[in-house]
Amino acid sequence: MTSVWVFIEQEGEKPSALGLELLAKGRELGEVTAIFLGPGSDAIFSTLGEHGAKTVLHVDSGDRLPSAPVAAALAERVAANSPDLILLGQAYNDRDVAGRLAARLGVGVLSNASDVRLNGGGVETDHEILGGTQTATASASQGPYIVLARPKSFVAEAVDGGTPFVEKLDLPEAGAAEAKIAESHFEEREGPQLGDAAIIVSGGRGLGSPEAYELVEKLGKQLKAATGATRAIVDAGWVPYAKQVGQTGKTVKPDVYIACGISGAMQHLVGMKDSKTIIAINKDADAPIFSIADLGVVGDVHKVLPKLIEALESR
Amino acid sequence: MKVIVCVKQIPDPATPYRLEEGSNWLIRPEEQILDDTDRYGVEMGLQIAQATEGTVTVVSMGPSGTGQGIRQALAMGADDAVLIEDGSLRGSDALTTARVLAAAIGRNDFDLVIAGTESTDGYSGVVPQMLAEILGVPALTYATKVETGDGTVTIHRQTVAGYDVVTADLPSVLSVTAGVVEPRYPTFKGIMDAKKKPIETLSMGDLGAERAPEQLVLSIVDAPERTGGRKIEDDGEAHQAIVALLAERKVI
Repeated sequence: MTSVWVFIEQEGEKPSALGLELLAKGRELGEVTAIFLGPGSDAIFSTLGEHGAKTVLHVDSGDRLPSAPVAAALAERVAANSPDLILLGQAYNDRDVAGRLAARLGVGVLSNASDVRLNGGGVETDHEILGGTQTATASASQGPYIVLARPKSFVAEAVDGGTPFVEKLDLPEAGAAEAKIAESHFEEREGPQLGDAAIIVSGGRGLGSPEAYELVEKLGKQLKAATGATRAIVDAGWVPYAKQVGQTGKTVKPDVYIACGISGAMQHLVGMKDSKTIIAINKDADAPIFSIADLGVVGDVHKVLPKLIEALESR
Repeated sequence: MKVIVCVKQIPDPATPYRLEEGSNWLIRPEEQILDDTDRYGVEMGLQIAQATEGTVTVVSMGPSGTGQGIRQALAMGADDAVLIEDGSLRGSDALTTARVLAAAIGRNDFDLVIAGTESTDGYSGVVPQMLAEILGVPALTYATKVETGDGTVTIHRQTVAGYDVVTADLPSVLSVTAGVVEPRYPTFKGIMDAKKKPIETLSMGDLGAERAPEQLVLSIVDAPERTGGRKIEDDGEAHQAIVALLAERKVI
């Protein structure tokens, strides 16, 4: 049976949503060992079991930056247990652990995968390339296969899994590669979040100025929506990186996505084109965003948005 | 402080990218530009070097072409450049890239290696971490703020919930997010000076780095295309159509 390791991180008091998505895919492919990073708890481990993990390798790095010690510990276990596939998410700690682990093992990383399949004795992965216009299927000439899958590629689902066997892994000293987490800051997360909101209102360069992003926020509030942004206005410093939707930001799949002053650069489209309904408002009638919008309004966001907000207020 | 900044020349993202028949490798024109993401790394490096009376060396792997992207980094103020160019490196994955960069960087002492979080054309997003592992140093990743102290570096590291303050001893590898600093535009003098700055060109034979096991592209197919729907011109009442669609989708 194919042996699959799935990397899952703790978020608050729970396993991350991304981790449970990966677990669903891992379970479909073989027997799953969950690599769990965080303080952990009986409730968490039993959730991992319910989602199909047979074994949990628990790593808790405390105030140490996890990547170097966790990669070192996992490399040792890979030598002992030889997993066929190590599945992680396209996320911060996942990327760090995958990169360091791959360098240790001398194998590559299949990044940004949207699907993973077994192929003969190996593993193959799908990747959306050239802004999602094409799908490439890739593999590597040598295992273990280390795969980073994009969030929202798989659907998390609890099955009738039993209680997993939990083993705590000791983390070795990483010597000169050691780094310390001195403090953690939690940004206030009020209102709906990009990851799970039913509606997302996003703004781009077409807003013209950072002040005009207020229109996006107002409309968002009115619709109880999360608010997002393109890379262009994040890079310009109008809004924080946490709001970025796209290739190098978040992947979102809400019921409704309202793109305000967004032309539709490939980098942005990849992150939102799977939204159920897309509404776009843009001055340029030839903007690429209109080629995927269910409803495209060729018009000035500064005129359309205030009227839209007013119309919603009076409903 | 001796600062190394990893940069990449990429085809202009404003032009459509094309793949070579057969190999499926990205076609790289003679004239490539400095990846926009790397301008933040170069700026960060310049600020640290200026504050510590240090130097900035840019290191890049890939076909030189006109070298315009490298000159852009030099025109911003970097002191010199190292370019690893070798036909055998075509189609390299992240690990081969990291091994080659590490071999070039590891020839001399350094304090900081700065890279972007991912390139705009390949976006594997794991090269800085691999580089750090090979060099045996910390990888302080996704930095939104950087401060250097006496033999240490402290960053604000982006997290899902906010940010962590992370500290490590030098030498270290940093990956910086766009927005960490405001990249300067090259001045006329900078552009002129860049023409005279040294670019050292290395091949695989100079480095002794080993290629990683090959990654294979098995097939490429067109993705199912999402087609646009209705497009209307705003006549002052277009917001009504939006309200109607939101109602139809039962979200209001």
